[in-house]
Amino acid sequence: MNNKIITPFEASNKVKRSIAKRRAKDNRLKLYGRTAICLAVCFLLILFYSIFSKGYSGFFQYYVTLDINFDRERIDPKGDLSDNSLFDGEASKIVNESLFSIIQPQGRKAKKQAKKIVSSGKDVRIARMVKNDPSLFGTTTKVKFALDDDIDSFLRGYIKRETPESERRISNKVIEYIDKLNKEGRISYEFSDYILSGSASGNPEMAGIKGAFIGSMLTLSVCLLIAFPLGVATAIYLEEVAKKNKITEFIEVNINNLAAVPSVVFGIMGLAIFISIFGMPRSIPLVGGMVLALMTLPTIIISSRAAIRAVPPSVKDAAYGIGASKLQVIFHHVIPLAMPGMLTGTIIGMAQALGETAPLLMIGMVAFIVDVPNSIVDPGTVLPVQIFMWADFAERMFIQKTSAAIIVLLGFLISMNALAVYLRKKLERRW
Amino acid sequence: MTHYYGVYSLLASLLPALGIFFIFTICDDLIFAELIKKHIPKEVVASKDYNFTIVLAQINNSVEGLIFGTPPQWVTNAAEIWISWIHKSQIITVIICISTALISGFLGYKKISGNFRSRNAVEKIVMSILAVSSVIAILTTIAIIFSVVFESIRFFALIPYDEFLFGTVWNPQFEGAERAGSGQEGLSQYGAIPLFAGTFLISIIALCVSVPVGLFSAIYLSEYATSKERAFFKPLLEILAGIPTVVYGFFAALTVAPFLRSSGSLFGLDVASESALAAGLVMGIMIIPFISSLSDDVINAVPQSLRDAGYGLGSTKNETVIKIVLPAALPGVVASIILAVSRAVGETMIVVMAAGLAANLTANPLDAVTTVTSQIVTILVGDQEFESAKTLSAFALALTLIIITLGMNFYALHVVKKYREQYE
Repeated sequence: MNNKIITPFEASNKVKRSIAKRRAKDNRLKLYGRTAICLAVCFLLILFYSIFSKGYSGFFQYYVTLDINFDRERIDPKGDLSDNSLFDGEASKIVNESLFSIIQPQGRKAKKQAKKIVSSGKDVRIARMVKNDPSLFGTTTKVKFALDDDIDSFLRGYIKRETPESERRISNKVIEYIDKLNKEGRISYEFSDYILSGSASGNPEMAGIKGAFIGSMLTLSVCLLIAFPLGVATAIYLEEVAKKNKITEFIEVNINNLAAVPSVVFGIMGLAIFISIFGMPRSIPLVGGMVLALMTLPTIIISSRAAIRAVPPSVKDAAYGIGASKLQVIFHHVIPLAMPGMLTGTIIGMAQALGETAPLLMIGMVAFIVDVPNSIVDPGTVLPVQIFMWADFAERMFIQKTSAAIIVLLGFLISMNALAVYLRKKLERRW
Repeated sequence: MTHYYGVYSLLASLLPALGIFFIFTICDDLIFAELIKKHIPKEVVASKDYNFTIVLAQINNSVEGLIFGTPPQWVTNAAEIWISWIHKSQIITVIICISTALISGFLGYKKISGNFRSRNAVEKIVMSILAVSSVIAILTTIAIIFSVVFESIRFFALIPYDEFLFGTVWNPQFEGAERAGSGQEGLSQYGAIPLFAGTFLISIIALCVSVPVGLFSAIYLSEYATSKERAFFKPLLEILAGIPTVVYGFFAALTVAPFLRSSGSLFGLDVASESALAAGLVMGIMIIPFISSLSDDVINAVPQSLRDAGYGLGSTKNETVIKIVLPAALPGVVASIILAVSRAVGETMIVVMAAGLAANLTANPLDAVTTVTSQIVTILVGDQEFESAKTLSAFALALTLIIITLGMNFYALHVVKKYREQYE
């Protein structure tokens, strides 16, 4: 301690001299805070920008328009429009002939290369068209076909013309053909009819998110049907029914712990318990939904309890006063009043479940499944897992498709969260 | 109150039948598995590489129509027997459930009379349903522990735990039962130190990003910001917490990592394409909101009287924050950081997609490292070998992961609780 005594005058001078410095310090801290927030917001913007700038083009792709002669004899040899008959038909050949008539490849090798320009889904497309509209038979109609993903990447400029041929994924010949098609105005850039209605596919130009999207919806509905009633029941029990004792305390500790367990561990539990012990099949939305339900349970319980706690005791006392039983008080008064809060918590929990990937990888929802799941016991995958799988594929076009899938996923998450905020604002009463 | 009589008889007939239905559907596979043992030929059981789990999987596959190649005749036979059991058990289940429903419903119906207090009876039943559903949380915890601990014990029977905890080479290989006696011993090594080190390294990088940004944001939002700014920026920061981790992983692998690589080569640095830095930076962005909103809460919980005392002595805002508010809020801030670390340690998708699988023991953030969670995912996704040390090692890793994250969580909650009591 400094024992020197200073006069009030000296002291006030000292303070005055230091005040600018102290103010500057204050402003500096303020600046740091602003910078920090700006940084965080910048991160968010960069993240969104990098995904939206790539993903926007994922909804579009390049098509080639060809004149197709719908010859019934050749497309549908048995004449009954059955899958078998259409499969035996020569749809691909017809498409190739139409293509060859424009670009006129010489020799077998050139023809082989030229065939690959149009995506391999061409026969499926023709089959679907004639099934929807048999009157097409006998006509010559302009049909749009998706281009192969390498050609697509070339047209987008990701594969450069200047690159030496040996390092390019497409040959000079093919580039020549594309120029020819372009000159005739047959190549167009349009909204992709595969991204939203197609399913998982090894060909990026035909891959879509329909299967994963439906899988997500099925998984989420299982999750909701299990987690919401269980969560609300637990919250009611802990808040309204149970006496505070060792057991309820233990349950509370358990719930808090579950909220802290890493999600991948829930996946391991699903693998060990539901699949190994109960013998449920892998990769089905039912198991996925159950695992996610257990994972989101703590979120729902905690927010439901907060909502129940916010119901004023006067309401309950009034109900008790006119002779209601405990259950009547709970079901007629507490639950309706706490419902907005419970729903908000549930929606947030569901949003969390919708974006979750790791536990679903563990229970095998990562399998490559082409069919769209029809029920909760059909093998399927979900959007985040689809994103994870596509991100791993080497083809350039999958990057855009992945980003497009992310946009769809983020769109759903944002609207769910917005709904939760809206509900909270609209329905929540302050007592 | 008359409808309680109806509700009572409904519950009386429904609940026992539902209970029996669930028990039957869960148990039938287990019972079938026991019964099918009789239908496996003796010479198969006697053969050296007989493994019941594999045989069972084979039979189940052909029951579901998933036939790979041509299974032996006895598998097809067993599958046919299995299918016939399924049909029988379906019929039996339906009959038993309906008759239980009828009998218990009748008993419940008979109880009803003018003197019967049906409301009380119904309430008792509903209360017990509520109590049972609250037990699910305990059951889940037990299931998690059960699923991880047993497999871990089997793992530690194969690999001594000190080799696992202190070994410095992680190189798991599928070798299954051949570990002893095929001349391949020592090929696999299960030293988990590189994984812990990788996890630690990535978490440290994440903290270097998130602690300053999160903490300063929290200070600004709670002390300096106007209520309008607060209402705008707080939800904006929380969006970061709502973005799925797979999106962060995609961002890290396809945007941040190539950017780091190209800017590294500008300075002549050799950055691995799956560097710890990329994963760590993106993970740091992800955990910013955990730190900022929790710290914000604890800073707000510091009583206003402490601040007023500071202002009363003539201190500036800066001095009040640094010398009064922060020290008072320090335990809570520390707790929020610990919680964020436990998030980072348990985070999976970012590291799976951006950090790679090379188990390097290094402190260089530009190198590729691997983490506990990404190893768990790689080992357990896809084809597994039953009973192999490699598969089991994933469970041992999960056990350590649980212990670490729960330990941190416990400590953090303890700190927060203790600190809250001080001001109440």
